[in-house]
Amino acid sequence: MAVTDILFIALSALALWAGWRVFRVDSMVRASFWLMLSFFAVGGIALLLSAPYIGVATVFMMAVEMMVMALFMVMFMMNPAGLNPMQMVHQHRLSIAAGALAFAGLAAAVLLTELPSDPVAADTRVVHDLGIELLGSSMLIFETAGVTLLATMVAAVILSARSGRYGDAWEGAVPPGLEPGGTPAGRVPDEEGGHHAHHGHDDGGHGHGGHHHGGHA
Amino acid sequence: MTLASVLIVAAGLVGIGLYGALSQQSFVMLMMGIELMLNGALLATLGFWSFALGGAPEVQLLAILIMAVMAVEMAVGFALVVAVYRARQADVIESLGTLKE
Repeated sequence: MAVTDILFIALSALALWAGWRVFRVDSMVRASFWLMLSFFAVGGIALLLSAPYIGVATVFMMAVEMMVMALFMVMFMMNPAGLNPMQMVHQHRLSIAAGALAFAGLAAAVLLTELPSDPVAADTRVVHDLGIELLGSSMLIFETAGVTLLATMVAAVILSARSGRYGDAWEGAVPPGLEPGGTPAGRVPDEEGGHHAHHGHDDGGHGHGGHHHGGHA
Repeated sequence: MTLASVLIVAAGLVGIGLYGALSQQSFVMLMMGIELMLNGALLATLGFWSFALGGAPEVQLLAILIMAVMAVEMAVGFALVVAVYRARQADVIESLGTLKE
């Protein structure tokens, strides 16, 4: 029992500390690896909580997911190796207060509630029960999760595709003209359309005005 | 290791995740904050399963669903980040003042 407690404390500290380091390191790739470590610690706690399947599944899934995340980090970060300090935060005090308040509120709720106690019996065949549940009475829910993942894949491809069969991605989003055949009512988002030319530094001023096409009457 | 201690660790993860989701400027770092909050939710679910619900297998199913939510969140989130970057060359939140164009 004591061994379990020590392991729980160590893994909890690791999960929280790694979660904190995610937002404190200078490189986004390192941040994703810290997040992976936090997930691994939670997977270890799941093993201690006698949920071996969930714990191992968490570890496997997060290993893959964080590898993908690290790839995206390389694509989107401005500080690849973490050689310079990185502090990209806004509303910092508000965020700290909100996080601390959320923790304090949840912890108070936990400590003030009379929690039920019905621990899982030592001889429960948890993985066996889970398998019966997944392919038995809860099969519809499980399959719904599968269909949701399929829909997610389709949605991700559609959202990130540059163009479709009938032209560029933004064409379907252009409003009709104010008079028939006239200039579209809104702003054309990007004059190069589908070309993925590098735009240099746009400092966000891309948004308004700027790109009216054709002459207004 | 009691239910209360597990839930407090989960609350800590949710708190850190909320801080990250609110404070980070970069879209991808914001998503890591959301993932961390889901991590806490997963831990709380497992804690309830193990200590308070007598090992009901439906709760394990709920944990699997939380993992599916994590995967969906990450896939759709990154697709949205790519779409926003393609439309507006924006990768930090401050670049986006409006939803449309």
